[in-house]
Amino acid sequence: MTRTQLVPELAQISKGIRRHIIQMLTAAKSGHPGGSLSAVEILVTLYWDVMRHDPANPGWPDRDRFILSKGHAAPVLYTVLAEWGYTPLETLNTLRQLGSIYQGHPDRRFIPVLEASAGSLGEGLSIAMGMGLAARWDRRPTRVYCLLGDGEIQEGQIWEAAMFGTFHKVDNVLAIVDYNRIQLDGFIKDIMEIEPLLPKWRSFGWHAIEVDGHDIAALQRAFAEAAEVKGKPTVLIAHTIKGKGVSFMENNPKYHGVAPTKDEMELALKELA
Amino acid sequence: MDVNTKFELKLGMATREAFGRTLVELGREDPNICAVDADLSKSTMTHFFAKEFPDRFVSCGIAEANMVGVAAGLAASGKIPFAASFSCFVINKGFEQLRVAVAYPHANVKIVGTHSGISIGEDGPSQMSIEETGLACSLPGFVVLAPADEVATAALVRAAAKHVGPVFIRTGRLKVPIVYSPDQKFEIGKAIQLIDGRDVTIVANGLMVAEAIRAQAMLASEGVSARVLDMHTVKPLDFAAIRRAAEETGAIVVAEEHLVDAGLGVRVAQAVAETRPCPMEFVGLTGYAESGSPDGLLDKYGLRAVNIAAAVRKVLERKR
Repeated sequence: MTRTQLVPELAQISKGIRRHIIQMLTAAKSGHPGGSLSAVEILVTLYWDVMRHDPANPGWPDRDRFILSKGHAAPVLYTVLAEWGYTPLETLNTLRQLGSIYQGHPDRRFIPVLEASAGSLGEGLSIAMGMGLAARWDRRPTRVYCLLGDGEIQEGQIWEAAMFGTFHKVDNVLAIVDYNRIQLDGFIKDIMEIEPLLPKWRSFGWHAIEVDGHDIAALQRAFAEAAEVKGKPTVLIAHTIKGKGVSFMENNPKYHGVAPTKDEMELALKELA
Repeated sequence: MDVNTKFELKLGMATREAFGRTLVELGREDPNICAVDADLSKSTMTHFFAKEFPDRFVSCGIAEANMVGVAAGLAASGKIPFAASFSCFVINKGFEQLRVAVAYPHANVKIVGTHSGISIGEDGPSQMSIEETGLACSLPGFVVLAPADEVATAALVRAAAKHVGPVFIRTGRLKVPIVYSPDQKFEIGKAIQLIDGRDVTIVANGLMVAEAIRAQAMLASEGVSARVLDMHTVKPLDFAAIRRAAEETGAIVVAEEHLVDAGLGVRVAQAVAETRPCPMEFVGLTGYAESGSPDGLLDKYGLRAVNIAAAVRKVLERKR
């Protein structure tokens, strides 16, 4: 894999990632397609363009770090890591099976290059804050990217971390809310409304940017803007579509946590050809 | 109660203070040592560290869950964070984070709980941590320490900093008697035999160690020879010392300032069951206490040498 800033190339890579996600979830017969598919462009833009990382030297202390706080979207992160050679590509389809390094949720015991274990919502932003502080103390250029689910920010700990980030001016942390508007039990607005979202983050002292989470050029601009913000953390409210790229999964709460069948996989792969 | 023992048991500092002072020394020795605190630094004694190392002290406000997560992030970046709060707050409010962000990835985070047990006194049961040792021990990979005095605390805080992996250290608010000479060596997982004996072994930790020593003297005057073990490490437990105690004395009393259902006692009982079953009795708490003076509480809730001695007499009856 090589880095690129070219939008058509990043779009092509995104399509390939989506195909992997569908295939590995079908093989696993369980898992979370919707929230993995909604985050594809965000991770691809980060790993192929924005983040400073080196698969040949995963422990590089000056690297940028990515925390998947919404741990159930593990398939998208696993695919990205495998594409970059951090982990084997050929065993992606062992996801969730006994003995696989590809656990149901990210687990550092099996994949040490993961920046954090996850799976219980609400925890990643606090860990990101600790990493951001440590990087500042050590005068490292490291930036910490933390992907949050929209439903996840119903957790109180997120707002403890949000206060902390402003108070300690942790401007090397960037949170991204994958705002696909659906959580397990249904639409966010019917379960526990999180709006008004931008004013909420701004009132906590954050620099907040709204962006189309599938528009790669817009994501690139947003990440560039965030990098210039000093003295406070930044959050990207990334408007996304749950199940993006597969027509029958798009915006369908069913595919929050149900894997595609073999027939559905064939249909999906046709759409992603 | 005045009892004649070879131990002077002179009143020393609270174990929380010994922690706070040791943390400053560690900070001078290692730039990676840092402290995170949740608005209790004056009580947890991390304020000593904050004063000398303001750049390595992280105020988290009253938000323990976030505090534990921040500590995990610092640890993942090579720092050695000591996260301090009252035992009941950091363990209970931070438990989910201790599980997923610390225990699960085996993060190098040191949790220090102060104000443990009922000896905090007047603030009452909402602040009295009597369950946290059980909770801390339930986390895979955690080392759980409960030092008896200032000497033990200083040594074990140092041992915790050196140990790679999560550690919980249980300290108290009350000034406690000094059990150890300053040169005493401590090793995580290795009990200290303070007094040898033939008839029964008293296993204690925290402030109950001094009470166990007093109980031993009382029992000696009755012709009972009691061994006293300081089980400063609740996890990993010193199975060898417990096996020897069971084999050589044939009866064990465990004494702790904690709920008997979930603390040192049940863990020692497991070790006894797995090595050399023998009669056991347990001195500790059976429920929530109340506000009051620390001494009055320890008397009323049965955490004294007399209570340990009574348990010894009972276990000796069963041993016959």
